[in-house]
Order: sequence, then structure tokens, then C-alpha cells
Amino acid sequence: MSETKTGHKWTMIVDLDRCTGCQACVVACHAENNVPTVGPEEVGMGRSRHWIRIERYWDGEYPDIRARFIPIMCQQCAHAPCEPVCPVFASYHSDEENLNVQVYNRCIGTRYCANNCPYSVRVYNWFDPYFPEPLEQQLNPDVTVRYRGIMEKCTFCIQRIKRAEDAAQAEGRLLHDGDVVPACVQACPTKVFTFGDRNDEHSEVAELARSRRGFHVLEDLGTDPSVIYLKGGESHAG
Amino acid sequence: MQGDLSRLRNFVWPHQDDPKERLLLDPIPQEEMNQIMLRPMMKAGPGYWLTVVLLALVVAGALFGYWFYMIRWGMGVAGIRRPVGWGVFIATFVFWIGISHSGTFVSAILRVFNAEYRRPITRAAELMTSFSLLAGAIFPVLHLGRPWTVYYMLPIPNQRLLWDNFQSPLSWDLLAITTYLLSSTIYVYLPMIPDLAMARDRTKGWRHVLYKLTSLGWRGLEYEWHYLHKTINIFAFAIIPIMFSVHTIVSWDFAMAKQIGWRSSIFGPYFVVGAIFSGVSAVIAVLLVVRKTMNLQYFLRKEHFEALAKLVLIFSFTWAYFFFNDYLIEWYGGEWVGHQLLTLQARGPLAPFWYTMIFFNIVVPWATLWSKKVRQSPTALFFIALGIQVGMYMERFIIIPGFLQRQRLPFDWGEYNPRPVEFSIAIGTLALFCLLYVLASRVIPLIPVWEVLEGQLSHSRRRIGKTVVTSVAELE
Repeated sequence: MSETKTGHKWTMIVDLDRCTGCQACVVACHAENNVPTVGPEEVGMGRSRHWIRIERYWDGEYPDIRARFIPIMCQQCAHAPCEPVCPVFASYHSDEENLNVQVYNRCIGTRYCANNCPYSVRVYNWFDPYFPEPLEQQLNPDVTVRYRGIMEKCTFCIQRIKRAEDAAQAEGRLLHDGDVVPACVQACPTKVFTFGDRNDEHSEVAELARSRRGFHVLEDLGTDPSVIYLKGGESHAG
Repeated sequence: MQGDLSRLRNFVWPHQDDPKERLLLDPIPQEEMNQIMLRPMMKAGPGYWLTVVLLALVVAGALFGYWFYMIRWGMGVAGIRRPVGWGVFIATFVFWIGISHSGTFVSAILRVFNAEYRRPITRAAELMTSFSLLAGAIFPVLHLGRPWTVYYMLPIPNQRLLWDNFQSPLSWDLLAITTYLLSSTIYVYLPMIPDLAMARDRTKGWRHVLYKLTSLGWRGLEYEWHYLHKTINIFAFAIIPIMFSVHTIVSWDFAMAKQIGWRSSIFGPYFVVGAIFSGVSAVIAVLLVVRKTMNLQYFLRKEHFEALAKLVLIFSFTWAYFFFNDYLIEWYGGEWVGHQLLTLQARGPLAPFWYTMIFFNIVVPWATLWSKKVRQSPTALFFIALGIQVGMYMERFIIIPGFLQRQRLPFDWGEYNPRPVEFSIAIGTLALFCLLYVLASRVIPLIPVWEVLEGQLSHSRRRIGKTVVTSVAELE
């Protein structure tokens, strides 16, 4: 229900003009969300565990060639294809946050959601996680460490959303724009990402969402994602 | 004028089949028939036990050994990867559910349409349904990342009011397969009761106890026959929609998804036809082995195999029609990723599978089964039927892990290379199916002797003028 104004509508704006493909967001996400690294063999098999990845496409032919980067993370679709196919409600829609959440304890590992995700952003725990020293010392206590056989994906750093909400409630105020900063947003040196609540009409994301450069990835599928990309390169007019 | 009439009278239709063989209209004494069935059941030589032990070892090692290995270390020991979440396991699952359509099709549909030649082959085919469902039902559990939590999928009332998601095709799958397993097991059991009673009266020792228990005190009274016929009839009609629904729902696992190559509205009938195609040819292969090893040449004649081979040819045509439809629409639709999939099949890494599939499913049946000589040759039929199994397995392999290799965003493409664990578990379920069948062949009368007898009683051959005509009397 994309139209509901109840609760929050967390939205990410990704400005493709700013992305340099430095992968700082990927590293920050690994650190924040206790995502283990899996080594070159597994990555070569397509089992990299990144919740956010930089997809690189080549534009043009050598020598007149340029790399284009597009950071892809869970699009937090309003009509998410992963949700109805899960037989046990492990992939489930939070009406309060308008997020697509994954209940790790409920997940039985059918991988149907991953097959049905047109963005291929769902990450499976093929093996138990392994954190080589000293990485096991920096696990985030706010985030579960997931074990083998479970599906996971970008959560928009829901632990940070919850912490900001708790803090606002303790201070007896509403959430301000900019109270919630996911790890990738925080780490990005070129400020590619803007994060906020689109239900708050004065927020920065609500402003940017109206941009004429805005588009959704695979918009024709009707998934109504919460991630809005701003066109980069020369392709946009204004 | 006179000359014309006599020519007409002596005219013999060139292809008129004599139903004598199909209907077994050369009756032998009833007791002799019983003994033909019972004798091989009592006999279990060293060859038999060697087969049992070998199959049991394969089941224990290849299936359960590797399954525990996979549970211990995680799904990563298989070759599946992003974006190919389903691989050999789900392809084999669909394969077994396909085989399970053999029994119901041969038995229930031919029963409902009064195809009299079905009588000797029904039981052996129905048993295949139950056993292949058991072999197939392992996979939905086995392919889970956390198989010990499989009960989350069952609608068990619980304190936290957690229910399963009835929107998910996997929930439908679970319901469809359990319904089919239950109903097909009852359906194979009901017509078995008179034969179990027959075996009860002719055996001693543990067999006698077993048959006494399972024949439920059958005495062969008239009202018992009346109820039995009525129940079988109800079940035969009721199980046909279940059969159609099962493979339609299995196809919906794919057709409901957004994956290119899967989201097709033709998948329901396409999969059902493919299932019956592979199922009926599996019946041919299994019946040929049964006939050879258990000396059942009296019951299973080459005319029966000929009739089944005709069915196989018809279903090969039907399957090809659906296949062509599915292919043409993807090609005509012109979507970029769809074309990538077609290229993948015609020239890419899927090409060996794709051409094997076309060879065994279309080229071989169409080139051979039109010939009566081939249809009546057990050796030729056996290999054609096995070839169709290979071809249909390729079809499932192409559709499931094959198509998943191509996604809408080219960055996410990936090649799927199955690992030994996956092959070994797939072969393990084949061994499980064979083991169950081999064990059952010594306990369950594979030929419904009473049905054959009933067929012989209801048909008689009368001489009218110069021709012999088969006449039918309705017993019920």
C-alpha cells in the first residue's frame, strides 16, 4: 500500500552523477550489519554477501569508453515480489515503517524470495559465517549474526531507524529529517545517498523525489521501490 | 453384383487389431493365474538380495549420507549460487512428481474411460505413483537451508498465532503433494484388497499374518464386491482432478514468479502433459523390468506395451505442441532477456541439454513409434522410454536452473555448475524409488489378478458368420 500516509515511508535517493564506484558504502554495510566476507573462491561463484553492491557497466567502445556505476541494494518495494512467495511469512511487509523486513528466525531457507527478486539483492547464508581475527571483535551488538540456511538482505539499517525513533520518543519529540543515517549514507564520501522519510513533506528526500531526473530500476515491473535513482551522465535534461 | 458382395464379405480390414491378446482372452484356470502371480513373490534369490543390498547402500550413502553432510555444513556444498537459487534438487523434484502421474493416468483415466486393456497394468503403475511421490517429496525438505524447521510450513495451531502463508505457491505445493500422496496411496490399496485376500489364503507364516491384517477380512461376498466397485469408481473420478492440480501447482512454483522464461500462462497444461509423457514412458520401462524378472509374460503382453507406446507417441505430439507454443511466444515477444534465454539454449551453455531434450522427446519417438514393429519390441521400447526420461529431465533442468542464470540486470548473470553432492542425492532418490519398488514386488501382488479375471469373464468371443467378434457384458 504505497499510498498510506500512516507510519513512515523510508526512502533512499541515489544520485548516480555523484557515484565514483569507491565501494566505501559496501565496506560500511559489512561492518554495520555483521555481514561476513567469504573469500575469493566463493565470490567467484557469485556468493558474495554484499547487501549493497556497485554494479559497473561500460558505456561505449574503447577508447571512447566510460564506466558507469549504479549502487544496488534492496529496493524495499511497496509491492515486493519476495513477500507473497515466502511460505512462512519470513519475508514480510512492515506497515509501520513501509519496509520489507526479513524475519531471520522464521526463515526456513527455500530461496524462493531470491529467485523472485528482479534485483537479485537477496543474500543467502550458504555456510556459517566466519569472521577472521580481529573482525570478530567488531561485531555490531545491535544486529543478529545470521547462521547457515537463512536469507538476508539490506534492511535500510533498521537498527538505526529504531534507535533514532527511541531517542526521539525519549525526548518527547517527533523524528527530524536527518535523524536516521544508514551506514552506507554515512560512509559515502561523495554524498551519493540521501535518506529520509518521504511521508514528511519537508524532508530532503521528498524534495529530491520530485526531481525530473528520478527513476526506479526496472520500473515497468510495478514493484514500486522505495529507492529512487537520479539519472547521471549526459542522459538527463535539467 | 453377386461377385461384389462376396468380395465384401471376405474383406478383412488391414489394420484391425485382434483384441484377444490385449484382453487376455485365452483364459487359464484361476488357480494357475494366482500362482503365476504368487510364485515370483515367494522367490527371492541371491540376485534379488544383492540388488536390495546395493540399492540400500546407495540410498544410505548417496542420499542420506550426503544429505547429512549438507545439513552439517550448509547448502553451500551444492553448486547453487546467486541468482540460481534452485538447481538439480528442484529439477529432480519436478521430475519425480512428473513420474507420479504415470499411475493415476494409466489407472484412473483408463478406468474411467473403460479402456479394457488397462487391467493387468494398473497396479504396477499406481505403485509407481506412490513411490515416486515419496522420492520426490524428499526434495522440498532437503533443499531447505534449515530442514529442521520444515514444520513452520505446516498449519499447526500455535501459541504465537504464526500461520503459514497461503499466498505462497510453496504452501499450495505442500497441500497438493500431501493430498496426492494420501489419495493415491488409498487408491492403490483399495483394488489390492481382493488380491491380498487371495494371497492370505495361499500363504503361511509372516506373510499370512500380514495379508490377513491388510485384507481387512475380505471374504468375497457380493455386497463386498459391490462396495469395492463403487469406492474404486468414486476414487478413480476424484483422483483425476487431483492429478491435474498437482502438476499444475508444481508449475505455478515457476509460473507465478517474475523470472523471465517462467512467467508463462501455458505452464500448467505444459507441465501436466510433460508429466504424463514422462510418466507413461516410465511405466513402460518399469513394467518391462517387472515382466522380465518376475516371469509375468502371461499378464503383460507385447500388445499392452504397444497400447502404452501409442499413448507415449500421442503425448510426445502434445508435449511438442506446448513446447513450441512456449518457445514461439518468448521469441515473438522480443524481450531482450527472453532472447538471451533462447540464445542460451540454441548456442550457449544450455545447448547440449536443449538438443538432447529435443532428440529424446521429439526426434526419437516420432521417428520410431509410428512403427508397429518398434511398438511391439520390448528392447526398443525400453530404451526409447529411458531416453524420454533423460529428455524430460533435461527439460526440467533447462527451465529451472537454466533460466535462472539470466536476469534482467546483466550484472547479476551467473553460470550454474552442479556439484557432486547434487548429482549424488538425485541418484540416491532414484535408488530409493527402485528399492521401494523391488521390496514391494515381493510383498504386493503387482498384477491385479481379480481385475484380469473380471475382464476375462466380461468378454466373450463369438463367431458371427466368418468373423470372430469380441462381445462385452457389463458386470456391474
